[in-house]
Amino acid sequence: MADDAKAGGGLSFKPMDQFEVKSLFGGEIGTFTLTNVTFWLVMAVLAVIALMVLTTSKRAVVPGRGQSIAELLYGFVYKMVEDVTGKDGIKYFPYIMTLFMFILCANFLGLIPMSFTTTSHIAVTAILGFGVFIAVTVLGFVKNGASFLSLFWVSSAPLALRPILAIIEIISYFVRPVSHSIRLAGNMMAGHAVLKVFAGFAQVAAIAPLAIIGVMAIYGLEVLVSAIQAYVFTILTCVYLKDALHPHH
Amino acid sequence: MATETTSAAEAAGPGMPQLDVTTFGNQIFWLLIALVVIYFVLSRVALPRIAGILAERQGTITNDLAAAEDLKARASEAEAAYDKALADARAEAQRIAGETRAAIQGDLDAAIAKADAEISAKAAESEKAIGDIRAGAQEAIKEVAADAAKDIVALMGGKADARSITAAVNARMKG
Repeated sequence: MADDAKAGGGLSFKPMDQFEVKSLFGGEIGTFTLTNVTFWLVMAVLAVIALMVLTTSKRAVVPGRGQSIAELLYGFVYKMVEDVTGKDGIKYFPYIMTLFMFILCANFLGLIPMSFTTTSHIAVTAILGFGVFIAVTVLGFVKNGASFLSLFWVSSAPLALRPILAIIEIISYFVRPVSHSIRLAGNMMAGHAVLKVFAGFAQVAAIAPLAIIGVMAIYGLEVLVSAIQAYVFTILTCVYLKDALHPHH
Repeated sequence: MATETTSAAEAAGPGMPQLDVTTFGNQIFWLLIALVVIYFVLSRVALPRIAGILAERQGTITNDLAAAEDLKARASEAEAAYDKALADARAEAQRIAGETRAAIQGDLDAAIAKADAEISAKAAESEKAIGDIRAGAQEAIKEVAADAAKDIVALMGGKADARSITAAVNARMKG
């Protein structure tokens, strides 16, 4: 323990450094500056292109590995949209697929050591979350007019309870984009920070093996979380879309 | 361990980069560009292409199933034809075998009849020869017996005439 205490003095934990937005070529960060955010967003775009476009270029009837993955992702999201929103939700499938592919690729790219996780930033996920919220709300009013408000009027409940339920429903409706975006950013940030903390403990020789095993275990968990959060974000988008298309309980 | 955690807490330093508002504009700008690019890539290229591939595969599978059904029908047809040919061939073989058997039987019967006739002819011939031999033998025996009887009678001191001795020998021979 004496060794530990001595080494402990030199330990430096900077679990949040990895989330810093830095300019690629120096200088102040303005709206149009090329930053590490730009770089990893471009990487995400390239990953989506590699995964969905390059793999399917042969249009093989009997798919290879890459094409199988592309078809699997397509079928997975398509079925999700169809199951949750119904047949009339299919025309919004490209938008939902865009969200899913972006979040999935950004999450997995963030797991590359030394990389930057764009989806761990609240600014990014808030745009996604509020984008879905605004789109769904506008769509609800366009499709259903004022009857979209019946979403908050639970007709199956006793009449006396309905105003109370309406208040609860309205609050929960407006909390949706907040929880929707913070869930994703929070999960990604927490996982990466924990990874960094474990990596920091690896500086101490005595507990380094344990810390490295810990890093490996958390990394495995993070792979799972990356995929699950992309799935959760997408299926919640589908649920909100269903509310907009069919607001009547 | 306690010292490490406190030093970690100290080293964590100020605030989360996520809450640094000055970088929000930059992030949002590039995010929107990335999303628009991904949307156009997916909706213009990737998704129609994958939908096409899946539809084509479904079509191929349906066609193949129909073709398989067709081939199966043809196979069972061919099997029926084969069975019929086999039955025909078997009947034909049976007929030919019957015919052959009848022809052989006829030949055989004729040969047997011929052989029987030859055998009976030979037998009759032999019988006649045996009869002749037997008759010859009988004559010889009679002669020998008569001579012997004459000699015996002569030895006994009698005198015998040839006719009575022959009659006696004949009577003995018959008896």
